[in-house]
Amino acid sequence: MIDLIDTYWLYFLVGQYPHGPLGGLALTLILAILGLLFAFPLGLLLGMARVSPWPCVRWPVSALIHVVRGTPLLMVVFWAYFFLPGLTGQNTDQFWTMLTALVIFDAAYLAEIIRAGIHGVARGQTESARSLGFSYLDAMRLVILPQVVRNMLPSLVNQFVSTIKATSLGYIIGLTEVSFIATQINTQVLTRPAEVYLLLGLTYFILCFGLSRFAFWLERHHQQRTMAKAHA
Amino acid sequence: MIQIEKINKWYGSYHALVDVTENVAKGEVVVVCGPSGSGKSTLIRTLNRLEPIQSGRIVIDGVDAHAPRVRINTFRSHIGFVFQQFNLFPHLSVLENCTLAPTRLRGLKPSEARDEALALLDRVGLAAKARAYPGELSGGQQQRVAIARALAMRPPLMLFDEPTSALDPEMVGEVLLVMRDLARDGMTMVCVTHEMGFARDVADRVLFMDEGKVLERAEPSEFFARPEHPRLRQFLSDIRTPFSQAA
Amino acid sequence: MALPYNTFCMPMTPLFNLDLLLTGTYHDWLVAGLITSLSLTGISLALALPLAIIIAVIRLSPVKALQWSGFAFVEAIRNVPLLAHMLFWYFGAPEILPAAAREWIYARNVEACSAIIALTLYTAAYMSEDVRSGIRSIPRQQLEAARALGFGFVASLRRVVLPQALRVTIPPLISQTLNLWKDTSIATVIGVTELMYQAAKVESASFRSFEAFAFASAAYLGISLLIAGAAGWYQARFPVRAT
Repeated sequence: MIDLIDTYWLYFLVGQYPHGPLGGLALTLILAILGLLFAFPLGLLLGMARVSPWPCVRWPVSALIHVVRGTPLLMVVFWAYFFLPGLTGQNTDQFWTMLTALVIFDAAYLAEIIRAGIHGVARGQTESARSLGFSYLDAMRLVILPQVVRNMLPSLVNQFVSTIKATSLGYIIGLTEVSFIATQINTQVLTRPAEVYLLLGLTYFILCFGLSRFAFWLERHHQQRTMAKAHA
Repeated sequence: MIQIEKINKWYGSYHALVDVTENVAKGEVVVVCGPSGSGKSTLIRTLNRLEPIQSGRIVIDGVDAHAPRVRINTFRSHIGFVFQQFNLFPHLSVLENCTLAPTRLRGLKPSEARDEALALLDRVGLAAKARAYPGELSGGQQQRVAIARALAMRPPLMLFDEPTSALDPEMVGEVLLVMRDLARDGMTMVCVTHEMGFARDVADRVLFMDEGKVLERAEPSEFFARPEHPRLRQFLSDIRTPFSQAA
Repeated sequence: MALPYNTFCMPMTPLFNLDLLLTGTYHDWLVAGLITSLSLTGISLALALPLAIIIAVIRLSPVKALQWSGFAFVEAIRNVPLLAHMLFWYFGAPEILPAAAREWIYARNVEACSAIIALTLYTAAYMSEDVRSGIRSIPRQQLEAARALGFGFVASLRRVVLPQALRVTIPPLISQTLNLWKDTSIATVIGVTELMYQAAKVESASFRSFEAFAFASAAYLGISLLIAGAAGWYQARFPVRAT
């Protein structure tokens, strides 16, 4: 296995760059980071729409979120792959296709996290903000959402881990992310598929396990801080 | 200042407020007391429309609180409400808690709001804690900040919903002191409380509620010395001698 | 199976040809794909659930070594994407199996076998977490009361703790089943002829991408709604009783 790592490590990490487009683990990470980054504002809007007191906003958004969450990500990728070129009028390359699918998918899941976060903030906070005379939206913006974002940091990290794993589906549309690269390596080496794919698994494991431990630490740290405050 | 006209409220089939009618004059301090579930918290929450009513009218300073077209946010900004659970904003400092509404709703400049807030915090005895966060304060301190926060909007009316019920006994006094000073300065106040000492010393009128109805209303001297309604007599006797012959 | 880049760039035809989906070869292909997807789900679920319970009990055992191996197993599986699991079991695993096992698998449907193994392990890892939380949510006093009556550890679990834990655990388990149903779509990548594969096949044969994927989407959504409905029904019918 060591010689495999020795020969292919650069290809694994960055794909064909600089002699071609960026690929490998670097591409996986960039895709995941951008996906979550773009999904966040959208998820925030959708989450707020989900808890809004106006049914004409709440119902369509809830329906949309249920549809996205009931559909496999691969399906969303395929829809993006086949219909994005028609929508945008130009050839959409795999990166943007995958990114679009990831943003839509992540936004739906983030919306649910935010909805749970909003429900988790004590009702008294909304009441006291409204009693001071703030409108519903102002109360959300100034009082509720700042607390929600602080509380949902561990969930955000977990969603990031999910997104990293989701980037692997780029394989199916030929995106040169790390799983695709691993298969390319396998077709070159041919005789040691178990080792190649074990290495792939190990890479994901180190990345994702590390991040989920970080999320776990965040949650404990946050709990300790709120505990300390309660006993002040 | 407040006219409550025959209001009724139901929670599903439970009749929480039954034909309640009261008037509160400007500068009056009214205390509402009664057993748990009597509807006193519900009543005070209908005054700033935290709870809806199904029939009747509540008019505060000429504004019908529950009319469909009323501008509810403006209405609420003229009423100070102090909650049992304080409900300070944990992500803001004490000072920021008190300047948030004045800067955004009264249009004050940040420096003006800060000066006013510091003066109010001084009045409740917490100017030194201006930069602290709610999580670092005791319950009594948090409640005093909550009162300052409500006062920062310069409301003509203050509503208190069991302000000391969530406090440890040794902190009740500091909050009641602030409320008494407020009353002496002429603030119109409606307080739901179990603190009979406060009612006796500070209130202009005491109301007794049970099962959604106001059963007795009187000045404190009459209320405590010569209670008329049998259930009020029972309530007062239960408070005075809690370990009496229930067996 | 990886789609070649830029297969085509098809302007959407104005006519939605419903006949395509209701009768004919393409319809048969799609239905066959749906049945395969459902079979994958059913078999994996049947295998994953007992495995999940075993893993959960192992992680709750008082023996540290067992706890740690259970933890390592679950974390190793959960932190690797399902696609990578499928690639491993399809391309990598046969190499390390003894020759006899390899022949046995290749005589049958190696794609489906790999997919089922990957799906089972992946789902069991997640489900074991839910089962473990469910068991831990039952107050310790229940176990103590059972032991005080004279039941052994396993018997106490079986007769007193697990039945109560099950009621709490069923909603998250149904939620994992929903994930399993959606995850079967990834089996496409190793050539299992499930719904996604068939939809792509219909698309490349007929260029009717919209109809093919609409059928697949409707099927996925329909079954998802059924599963979510089952969860809702269960929670209404068997609400968690407060202790």
